[in-house]
Amino acid sequence: MTYRTPRRNALVVVVGGALLTVACANTPAAQSQTPLPSSSASVSASTSGLDLTQVPPAPAYSGAITGAGATFPNPIYQQWLIDYNKAYPQIQISYDSIGSGGGVAQITANTVQFGGSDAPLKDTERAAALAANGTDVLHIPTVFGAVVPAYNLASVTAKLNFTPAALGGIFAGKITKWNDPAIASANPGVTLPSTAITVVHRSDGSGTTNVFTGYLTKVSTVWTATLGANSQGKEVAWPVGLGGQGNEGVTTTVTQTPGAIGYIELAYAIQNKVPFGKVQNKSGNFIDASLQSVTAAAQLSTIPDDLTFSSTNTDASDGYPIANATWLLVYQAQDKVSDNQARSQALVHFLLWVLDKGEGEASTLDYAPLPDALRTAALQKVATITWNGTPIVSSLYK
Amino acid sequence: MKAETTSLPPAGMQRLRRRRVAGIGDPILGWAVRILSVGALLAVVVMIVQTAVDASTLFRHVGPLQFLFGNRWEPSNTIYGALPFIYGTVVTSVLALIFAVPLSIGVALLIMEYLPRGVAGPVAVAVDLLAAVPSIVYGFWGILYLVPDPRPIEQAVAASPLGVIPIFAGPAPGPSYLVAALVLTIMILPIITAVSREAIAATPRLQREGIMALGATHWEQIRHVILPFARGGIFAGAVLGLSRAIGETIAVLFVIGNAPHLAASIFSPGYTLPSVIASEFREANQPFHIEALIALGVILFVLSFGVNLTARVIIGRFERRAGGADVR
Repeated sequence: MTYRTPRRNALVVVVGGALLTVACANTPAAQSQTPLPSSSASVSASTSGLDLTQVPPAPAYSGAITGAGATFPNPIYQQWLIDYNKAYPQIQISYDSIGSGGGVAQITANTVQFGGSDAPLKDTERAAALAANGTDVLHIPTVFGAVVPAYNLASVTAKLNFTPAALGGIFAGKITKWNDPAIASANPGVTLPSTAITVVHRSDGSGTTNVFTGYLTKVSTVWTATLGANSQGKEVAWPVGLGGQGNEGVTTTVTQTPGAIGYIELAYAIQNKVPFGKVQNKSGNFIDASLQSVTAAAQLSTIPDDLTFSSTNTDASDGYPIANATWLLVYQAQDKVSDNQARSQALVHFLLWVLDKGEGEASTLDYAPLPDALRTAALQKVATITWNGTPIVSSLYK
Repeated sequence: MKAETTSLPPAGMQRLRRRRVAGIGDPILGWAVRILSVGALLAVVVMIVQTAVDASTLFRHVGPLQFLFGNRWEPSNTIYGALPFIYGTVVTSVLALIFAVPLSIGVALLIMEYLPRGVAGPVAVAVDLLAAVPSIVYGFWGILYLVPDPRPIEQAVAASPLGVIPIFAGPAPGPSYLVAALVLTIMILPIITAVSREAIAATPRLQREGIMALGATHWEQIRHVILPFARGGIFAGAVLGLSRAIGETIAVLFVIGNAPHLAASIFSPGYTLPSVIASEFREANQPFHIEALIALGVILFVLSFGVNLTARVIIGRFERRAGGADVR
């Protein structure tokens, strides 16, 4: 029997090539557009007369909007998508919680209409996005969360206090026993066991890791001395410990391992009823992570123009020190990244809805809403999103 | 097994004859089979070439030997060394094989030689069903039971004089090479058992009757006839099991602790090639991180390919020597 002839091989190559072509064609054909009267001449760029705190009527768009990114705000984002879709059934928005790094990569590649990230873009990432698409990425803060030190010590019922030095030493692998003086001195009256400490960290790159290591970098010299130049990031070279996949993985490993300590998002700790400790803030107070203490930390003294900031190690005396915001990432000049004006209008409409109606739901899922000043700044930032130089909001409020 | 003569009932024969005249089914089937098989081969070749090309860009950043034998994996510092993962993969797979092979031979002998027929069938099915359990379920079960339950024993061993030996050194936090190997043992047990069973069944009846006629006991029959004949088949099963163990991702990810460090102790947390790829691929943002993970994939591929190739050569030898059990 003969097996292969050149002719047959050629046929397979053609079939294979066709499949590859199909797989590579990524963007579907542009959907039907509803062109609005071009009004760049008559409408000024000023949007000061608009009341952005009232959600405008939905634009004439029916179809999909996709986003991807950070996992930490995923529960509240999914809730927002459900509620938004109830109010505006013709607009289907999806959010794929693939992680902050993935969100940045996808918005840079312009494969999604919005990204999500727990860390502001680095200058290099911002430059890359600008170079690729010819327009700047805007950071729209949405909610605040907190990262808490969760632990597993069956014999300890009181809430433990952690100083910044203790946290730095533990996660750097320098403090290895629970009854170490660095922990005990902050917990008078608590009998700590001599159990070995098992550090649990994320095994995947994570915005949560970025927030936590960013905090340790600010407050612990032991941490920075051990980790060297790259002591903050979505992943770091952990000197000790077990790796868990996602917030869930760390939570499970902590609850399964006596003597373990790990860092997880407040919402996960509350929902899984994992004990977590208080952390000493800049003013010397031991603060329990809660909506109130996170909201206190979210009161920024100055709001930077680009809305990127770090809220860890807050100055507020009642603020929780490891609190962080999460951002949605969108392009400013939408006409550079889209050929569908109606979809961009719907995207802006969604952002306005998030900052107006969505904020109100945040606390039900253990996220802190934006303080008023920041929310106003975020709305004004949304108002700078343009189509051919005209703010999109001016076409929404009619 | 008995050879069966194929015979069709008259009606079937007639239907077949009628078909053959007008049939275009044959050429269509022939073509379809050829296209599909060439396509499958081509897919493998394309896959190998593409991953190798993708991985090769890594070597602009780190030398191949430095990558292969580097024992530090720190993407945040753009340091990529594959040794912790190669070591983890080899240790867990080999440990699993050491546990699983004697167990599988025992189970296969039990089913084939000791249990009455009515019981042997259900037992065989039960063992086979272990292969049908999805690996994520093994992972869950592993982290909920197989990590915490043996932990006191591990810690006791580490605290005893045995703990002085590096491979039993503490602390034993739970997730470890050993637990990963235990999960893998259960996962590869069915395949090794199934292949061993076939090999045992293929032992020539004449030989078995011969040694019994000489007054041998059941044990002597197993020792001197069955096991020598089945050796090639058992080996083949072991290799299939080893391949599965090397490539297993999710179940291992759950129980090994995901720590990219080299450790001599089997109670230490570690990492394996497939589990680090699964864990880090989604968020690989550092320079050369993706390339390094793809290169780990190539190492994994070479490892598993090498195991299979070596096995084929060795099985070939067994067959020539024993002339028995031709299980591949």
